[in-house]
Amino acid sequence: MLGELAFSLAGGEVAALVGPSGCGKTTLLRIIAGLDGDFEGSVALPAHGMLGMVFQEPRLLPWRTVEQNVRLAAPQATDAALDTLFQALGLAAHRDHYPGELSLGLARRVALARAFAVEPDLLLLDEPFVSLDDALAARLRDELADLVNRRPVTTLLVTHNVEEAIGLADRLLLLSLSPARVLADVPVTRPRTPRTADELAAMREEIAKRINQAHL
Amino acid sequence: MGARLISLVLLIAAWYAGSQLAGARLLPDPQAVALAIVDEARSGALAFNLGATLARVAVAFTLAMALGSVIGLVMGRSRLADRLGDPWLIVLLNLPALVIIVLAYVWAGLTETAAIAAVALNKLPIATVTVREGSRSLDRALDDMAQVFRMGVWTRMRHVVLPQLAPYLAAAARSGLSLVWKIVLIVELLGRPNGVGFEIGVAFQLFDVTRILAYALAFVAVMLAIETFLVQPLERHVSRWRPRSA
Repeated sequence: MLGELAFSLAGGEVAALVGPSGCGKTTLLRIIAGLDGDFEGSVALPAHGMLGMVFQEPRLLPWRTVEQNVRLAAPQATDAALDTLFQALGLAAHRDHYPGELSLGLARRVALARAFAVEPDLLLLDEPFVSLDDALAARLRDELADLVNRRPVTTLLVTHNVEEAIGLADRLLLLSLSPARVLADVPVTRPRTPRTADELAAMREEIAKRINQAHL
Repeated sequence: MGARLISLVLLIAAWYAGSQLAGARLLPDPQAVALAIVDEARSGALAFNLGATLARVAVAFTLAMALGSVIGLVMGRSRLADRLGDPWLIVLLNLPALVIIVLAYVWAGLTETAAIAAVALNKLPIATVTVREGSRSLDRALDDMAQVFRMGVWTRMRHVVLPQLAPYLAAAARSGLSLVWKIVLIVELLGRPNGVGFEIGVAFQLFDVTRILAYALAFVAVMLAIETFLVQPLERHVSRWRPRSA
């Protein structure tokens, strides 16, 4: 599924893997997370290698409350840190709710809170806003950008949505269809700041150009 | 609640009518049985025999559930363990309770250990099969989540695995409890000098139907109390996170 593929992330850098559906992005994330051992190659994790991950679905424990879900994944997190995190993600009122009582948007916030609470050395995000409506996805994206700005964490974001990638990442890695390889490595100027529609359009054009070049 | 009460009253009325038809020797009326219960309670024999039987039920049930859960969990997770254990399970499942009891008494003598082992062995395969079913249906996605976040073995067991197994454990416990106490009575009848089963055996030889019914009813009342005050509250606690609709 994956072709010859190599890239590395600088500390504190947010990179986005962008590629068409079915090009193996999720498989790549699973390999990096150590969930899939069936591959040839090597993965070097940062020093302590503590991972935070947001899966495509929230993957919360339905029988534990929001707060318990976060604490079980991050037993070393302090009360103060959790307070700040819940506040920032608008979860303060839902700490004692069970996941079954939450909307999908809220459940995804809990998954984000869980991934941030472990203070990861590497944060893996697998299409974290898929199947949310556009407005909600945009709002969550802004909140996530805010969290990353506040406490830089090396992040690998997987998405098929170019706009989402531009909104969050320092750098875009464009993947081809399978067998996947990196077509282009595009830096994002002024990452995680508001952009006008013109700027966005210009960036999209730039990306399209890079992809065409790579195919020649 | 009202319907249940009416149903109970009807049952007692039918019993009374039956005793009038069949005669007190074959089917004593409810009042005679109630008096017999009071008599046995006064002499202390009721509490002693109920206690002996309950202790056997408790030990055999706990043993079978604990062993069955561990074996079931392992068989549900490992293909090899499943292949190795399955024939044993089928043999045990299809061995009549009476055969296991008689063999246990023959091999280990008429001892308490033999009695309890025989009961536990009768319940074990059913608990194993039920928990294995639950273990097979464990959610891989949650497993992956626990692995990524490096949850310890104990945390995983308690917060990820056991809650998923809870309905299966509850089913195994429920069916197990009723099965175990029935088998305990047979074990007592065949080879123990006390307990409800022994008393019923003696009453049978004396053709004392009143005493049989007195012990049976007292024991059913105890099991009903356990079900109402122990099993049901526990189930409610374990399923507290489920949205309350079903």
